[in-house]
Amino acid sequence: MARRPFGTPLDIANGVVSLAHGAGGRATAQLIDALFARHWHNEWLAQQEDATVLPALAEGMVPVVSTDLHVVTPLFFPGGDIGTLAVNGTVNDLAVRGATPKYLTIGVLLEEGLPLATLERVVQNVAAAAAAAGVAIVAGDTKVVERGKGDGLYLAVTGVGVAPATQTWGARAIQPGDHVLVSGTLGDHGIAIMAARQAVPLATPVESDCAALTPLIAAMRETGAPIRAMRDLTRGGLAAAANEMAQVANVGMVFDEAAIPVRDEVAGACEFLGIEPWHLANEGKVLVVCPPEASEPLLAAMRAHPLGRHAARIGEVVADPYALVQMRTLFGGMRLLDWLHADPLPRIC
Amino acid sequence: MAGLRFIREFRDPKLAQSLARQIAAEVDPNRTYRFMEFCGGHTHAIARYGIPALLPPNLRMIHGPGCPVCVLPPGRVAQAIAIAEQPNVTLCAYGDVLRVPARKGESLLAAKAQGADVRMVGSALEAVALAEANPQREVVFFAIGFETTTPPTAAAILAAQAKGVRNFSVLCCHVLTPSAIMSILESSEARRWGSAQLDGFVGPAHVSVVIGSRPYEFFAEEYQKPVVIAGFEPLDVLHALLLLVRQVNEGRAAVENQYTRAVTRDGNRKAQALVAQVFELRKTFAWRGLGVLPYSALRIRAGFSEFDAEARFAIPAPEISDHPACECGAILRGHKSPRDCKLFAKACTPETPLGSCMVSSEGACAAYYHYGRFQERSAAVEAEEV
Repeated sequence: MARRPFGTPLDIANGVVSLAHGAGGRATAQLIDALFARHWHNEWLAQQEDATVLPALAEGMVPVVSTDLHVVTPLFFPGGDIGTLAVNGTVNDLAVRGATPKYLTIGVLLEEGLPLATLERVVQNVAAAAAAAGVAIVAGDTKVVERGKGDGLYLAVTGVGVAPATQTWGARAIQPGDHVLVSGTLGDHGIAIMAARQAVPLATPVESDCAALTPLIAAMRETGAPIRAMRDLTRGGLAAAANEMAQVANVGMVFDEAAIPVRDEVAGACEFLGIEPWHLANEGKVLVVCPPEASEPLLAAMRAHPLGRHAARIGEVVADPYALVQMRTLFGGMRLLDWLHADPLPRIC
Repeated sequence: MAGLRFIREFRDPKLAQSLARQIAAEVDPNRTYRFMEFCGGHTHAIARYGIPALLPPNLRMIHGPGCPVCVLPPGRVAQAIAIAEQPNVTLCAYGDVLRVPARKGESLLAAKAQGADVRMVGSALEAVALAEANPQREVVFFAIGFETTTPPTAAAILAAQAKGVRNFSVLCCHVLTPSAIMSILESSEARRWGSAQLDGFVGPAHVSVVIGSRPYEFFAEEYQKPVVIAGFEPLDVLHALLLLVRQVNEGRAAVENQYTRAVTRDGNRKAQALVAQVFELRKTFAWRGLGVLPYSALRIRAGFSEFDAEARFAIPAPEISDHPACECGAILRGHKSPRDCKLFAKACTPETPLGSCMVSSEGACAAYYHYGRFQERSAAVEAEEV
């Protein structure tokens, strides 16, 4: 970084974010140098221009882009934090379209009064998550809002990946007879966040499953087995992802409750709250639709990877002009696996 | 988690199949069986596990009014909203309550979006803790529900009194199960037909833990309707249905207790004493769907009036009539099914509930909507094929 040194160094250990840090003057420049540029340094950020020029794509490759806003309370929770979540969430959105994630831009909205030490932890976690996922942060922006107008810090992340022009997966390719797979246990992130907010007392702690899915998906791609579509199972959980896919493809799906992997701790917390794990958020799980002959090789590749140890085939695609998602219950009955209008609310009785 | 293994034993598919076979073998093919599950918890379990698919076609489940938010009259919700909109008030309620519609477009969630301080709590004591932590705010707990949620509200009021928490009060809308059962057995439809078109009741689970099985003995005896108290697990429900079929076949009408692991004849006397200490009967209470019922709800005793939000705020509950086409009333009395309502899944959905039965997943309409819509689909497909 070629900028001249500032008179007084930024007091990260004791300082807090002030409105001056967002005013675009020397204070802003100092914050950028002392925190963002220091931890996120790379050849593209070093351009220090209003926009970053990126290298040309290889022959036959297309850019894939996704954008994501990140708001979470508390900022740090068992198994992750807002920074890790923001990087992995965006990387996963790219990976499930068959892209290799390459670049991120990050907008940071700060609330006046946020301890700089807290901000530094998040910035460091962003750097670590980006390094782990093999992506570079190539542009960024910071603004500060008055105290009381934000929850400490929000992140807006845009990701760019590259994919072969011939291989982008999508729900439109889904056909009746296809199999539906999931990469692991459902609801870990949702329950971890509820526990961190002390909304549910847990005897056994549950950690968020927050992870970049890129290596898992790369392992699946290496099998050469055909894949129709994937969805990153975030807010709304399995129910929302399955219903979205079913509606886009205009097909039905039938899940088998007994086959859906759920941790005992999560199932117990759901019992207590009167909610269901398929409505809870995940941050490191992928839903996969593939032709029937591909499900065994894909499952084997997933189970051989640490992020897919509990992978399972949980359902299949059926012809249904009403695009309903159903579930065969543990009990042998049939029910809808509906998606919810908003967050699940605990029941009274 | 050992507790979970214990729960799974009550969801064993093999046992379910064997119970279903027994029920099918014992029902008399020449008659129909209409059983009402009183509780929303049972309605939810029946829909959640797809139990109707396991029952013979001549055994029908009728969904009763035991869903706490479903019987909550819109006027009471409007009253809670009006209190929440007072300056310096924090209003706390259980999760389900937040979405119950009052007038068109009004709910506690909508009031929150407009700036009212409305919080979701998991227990009444959380509201007391909130009052302690915010002594400058008036914290009001919107207390609803049957006998299951009443003792915790009594405990919260006693805790606030013991701790000297002066900024805590309760808007008490607790209601009583026996009154609701009575109103079904005495409804206008029942009088017209000479008797409610019901062959028996699946009795409440958690409510009965508190009140015991004794209060149902009157109904069994006086109205000659068998009652089988059942737990909320799906095997409990199937087992209770088998016991009801046997009673009907044998011409008996007794109270039987399938939920012996939790329910006794006298119930939880300590909880009953707490409730009696803090609450007394209201002369009348307007229920949603069931109308104004005498001695069917509780209010806070005069000795605790400093904790009574009705006394503190003097904001009355307005009278609000239901949407004219809404069938919640007839559905709550067991005379109509959600599918009989013109609004069902059209104007009235969980996103835009017009009636309260569409709000909670314990409500018959929401249960049908979330779990059973595919049955409408098959009916529609069959109709097209014909």
